[in-house]
Amino acid sequence: MTSPRPAYNLANAVRSGARSALDVAEEHLSAIEAGDGGIHAFNLVTADLARQQAMAVDRTVADGGNPGLLAGVPVALKDNLCTRGVPTTCSSRMLAGWCPPYDATVVTRLREAGAVVLGKTNMDEFAMGSSTETSATGPTRNPHDTSRVPGGSSGGSAAAVAAGFAPLALGSDTGGSIRQPAALCGVVGMKPTYGTVSRYGLVAFASSLDQIGPFARTVGDAALLFDVIGGHDPCDSTSLNRPTPRVLSVLDDGVAGLTIGVVTEFLDGAAPDVVARVRAAADALAAAGARVEEVSVPEVRFGLSAYYLIAPGEASSNLARYDGVRYGLRVDAEDTAAMNAATRSTGFGAEVKRRIMLGTYVLSAGYMDAYYNQALRVRTRIIEGFATAYDRYDVLLGPTAPTTAFALGEKTGDPLAMYLSDVCTIPSNLAGHPAISVPFGAGDDGLPVGVQLLGPALSEGTIMKTAAVVEDAAPGLPVSALGVAV
Amino acid sequence: MTPGWELVIGLEVHCELKTSTKLFCGCPNMFGDEPNTNVCPVCLGLPGSLPVINQRAVELAMAIGTALNCEIRPSTFHRKNYFYPDQAKDYQISQYDEPINVNGHLDLPDGSRVGIERAHMEEDTGKTTHAGSSGRIHGSDYSLVDYNRSGVPLVEIVSAPDMRSSAQARAYASELRAVLVASGASDGKMEEGSMRVDANVSVRRSPDDPFGTRCEIKNLNSVRSLGRAIDYEAARQVALLEAGESVIQQTRHWDEDAGRTVTLRSKEEAYDYRYFLEPDLVPLVPDAEWIRAVADTMGPMPAVRRSELIGLLGGPDVVTEAQADQIATVVDLGLDGLVIAAIASGVGSGLALARTANEAATHAEAARHLDPESYVALLTMEAAGELTATQSKTVLAELLAAGGGDPAAIASAKGFEAMSEDSLAAMVAEVVAAHPDEWSRFCDGDDGDRKKLTGFFTGLVMKATRGQADGKAVAAELQRLRG
Repeated sequence: MTSPRPAYNLANAVRSGARSALDVAEEHLSAIEAGDGGIHAFNLVTADLARQQAMAVDRTVADGGNPGLLAGVPVALKDNLCTRGVPTTCSSRMLAGWCPPYDATVVTRLREAGAVVLGKTNMDEFAMGSSTETSATGPTRNPHDTSRVPGGSSGGSAAAVAAGFAPLALGSDTGGSIRQPAALCGVVGMKPTYGTVSRYGLVAFASSLDQIGPFARTVGDAALLFDVIGGHDPCDSTSLNRPTPRVLSVLDDGVAGLTIGVVTEFLDGAAPDVVARVRAAADALAAAGARVEEVSVPEVRFGLSAYYLIAPGEASSNLARYDGVRYGLRVDAEDTAAMNAATRSTGFGAEVKRRIMLGTYVLSAGYMDAYYNQALRVRTRIIEGFATAYDRYDVLLGPTAPTTAFALGEKTGDPLAMYLSDVCTIPSNLAGHPAISVPFGAGDDGLPVGVQLLGPALSEGTIMKTAAVVEDAAPGLPVSALGVAV
Repeated sequence: MTPGWELVIGLEVHCELKTSTKLFCGCPNMFGDEPNTNVCPVCLGLPGSLPVINQRAVELAMAIGTALNCEIRPSTFHRKNYFYPDQAKDYQISQYDEPINVNGHLDLPDGSRVGIERAHMEEDTGKTTHAGSSGRIHGSDYSLVDYNRSGVPLVEIVSAPDMRSSAQARAYASELRAVLVASGASDGKMEEGSMRVDANVSVRRSPDDPFGTRCEIKNLNSVRSLGRAIDYEAARQVALLEAGESVIQQTRHWDEDAGRTVTLRSKEEAYDYRYFLEPDLVPLVPDAEWIRAVADTMGPMPAVRRSELIGLLGGPDVVTEAQADQIATVVDLGLDGLVIAAIASGVGSGLALARTANEAATHAEAARHLDPESYVALLTMEAAGELTATQSKTVLAELLAAGGGDPAAIASAKGFEAMSEDSLAAMVAEVVAAHPDEWSRFCDGDDGDRKKLTGFFTGLVMKATRGQADGKAVAAELQRLRG
């Protein structure tokens, strides 16, 4: 059993000269041009830049050189990853047109590996949301059903991969922002261990939770992309200065001998059709030789509450810099403080404002201990709860999201209902652990269901080889609205 | 201080560390360059940028902690959140409840000891210039911000409220400055802002009373301003309390020209900084070996160096107040090595100290780089009477300009041949013969007359020899002739 690796094969074909990187880029640019009008996965398509990068790869091949692991593979970047000279907006009016003078470390690593950047994908504003509906550029639609959301916040990247616009994409995951849209769009999405992928050049939402990770059509391609972007970076003090797991090489090792726990608390709030898919995935793992049991990790029930204190607290500080002084939007007013207020009132959308206010409140004198510090104590409890579970289990299993993709507008009026979309994904961010969402058939509505595999820090190899087994056993998904077989 | 009142002072001193790069990025730590040239995504707080701690800044902070007898501890960084245009991220990265240095002390020359509560690391802000006539924010048309200073490493040294007079506060500031310079951590220039002092001042009736309500005074640009501001503020608070009013806790601005403090902001207007642990940095845990290595690179502190010089001059009982000042000067300027080298080579300690404190000190930077051997050779020539004081100072100026050289060669090139005893005697005899009236008054007058006329004859000899005669030798010859 080998996880399919279409991007890997594409890179091989380009490296061997069997395919031209420019042709590959043109194909994908054409698909975007034909299909993205109805999806809005991209905020910006960098067609000229993509052609230039592809031609450079072709030249390297022609000269007998090695353009790298991702030779000629098109990649879509979430619009909160800094790209030198290319607008990076976080889907916010605040940063409309802002061109960073530098590349994020992951962007540099992609370029060095020969990848071709297609453009910047839509997202919830400053990554705050679970449906890509808080974007100032308008929502992204789910390629499987354009009346549905793609999930979020990395909805544009998930949709781009699901629609066949790009074989690979990068997103960021603060509370589920890679895994939840991957599940809703029927693609693979992985949040790595905190510190394995450099955050340098990722526009911060909540610094202690943010982590960049891969989207791909298959587990194998996600592993390939993770191997390219991971590793120590001296520009990020929280980057782990130790060997990052190399995943691709262990991907086909199977699950024989592994003990896998199905987390009761994750099943509790999930829709019955989603629960049924998770149980089927568990059966598949057992059939492949793993010992599968149900396990209670009671601490994870407090994850959502702790998250909505910690993440806004950090965000209120991280987003202070958008004050109209140095870059981005400025709305003039009679003095500096009034200019700051006018700029921020105009530049930020409602969800961002809500979280800044919430975060400012929980860090305020007199309230900090009851809210922010209490949430930090809960965070420690969650880490301890996972540690207890990982004493007995190699991998934990559950749904990625409680439901399949919901309708556009369905939850925009009810922030708490929206926040519940991330109830199964948030605990991994609080613990700093890796987790991956793998498509496993469809729900009763015919829309994709993702199952989630969780592991302790630096267990990417283990959860991804487990994911490869799940992928191999997964029922096929219906063809997406754009005719792309997923 | 007004009788019946005790003054209580604590000082908060910010010093810029003398690193080559900033605290969290690789930009040059340079003062006075073209605005916004020493900047990058990190110190401009651009979206996506992240801080990385400068190891050298940590070492200098540990050097300060070592010099101030602090406990050097594992530490963390927090974010201090407030909006201000020169604050690039609208938060400052600073150490909060776990600073790198705690529980130290600084001994002052008068023997008193001032506690150091903490000495923590933080980043500096940019600099705002308000365009328009007033130079203040009110009434300006626009403001310009220079981020060259943004992210420059600072250490904030917080004293205990242990000082009881403005003189003691001044002594503390001077001694701290000397320690910062000696430890190599900072150049300690208050006028240029590389050392900035804020004073917390309160008064109380008796040392047994609890501390009074304090005011913090900012904008103290010299040790002299510090003393004046404290005295003004103490008098203001005493007057309020004696009039039955109360002191309101506030931050006050020292107006140097008006000689008074004015309200900057009250406690009610104080910011809620919403401190929380900086998630972009990891804890700083210097191991014992690193702490020791930093200490090993440090020379002795000023107090120790002053004691050494006092010992060389014969001990504290024989050192005059003027010499004590000279000793403080040469130690502050890092010129004590020259004095020690000269004394070790047999130059009289008084001459060695005086030449260094009065002459070499006026070109301290050059003097620190002067070859000690040539300096010692010069003072040896002067001590032996081969050069007059005036000639010696001229040669010293040449040595300082060149960084060293052969003083004998310079002296001879300038024609500074010491006069032989015979030709000096002949010259003295000549001027005496030409002024018989003065000579008879010299011989028969009182001590006052003789002193005056010694000056008269010496002046004539000096004029005739264009300064080459040794004044002391002329006086001796006059005495000899009188018999």
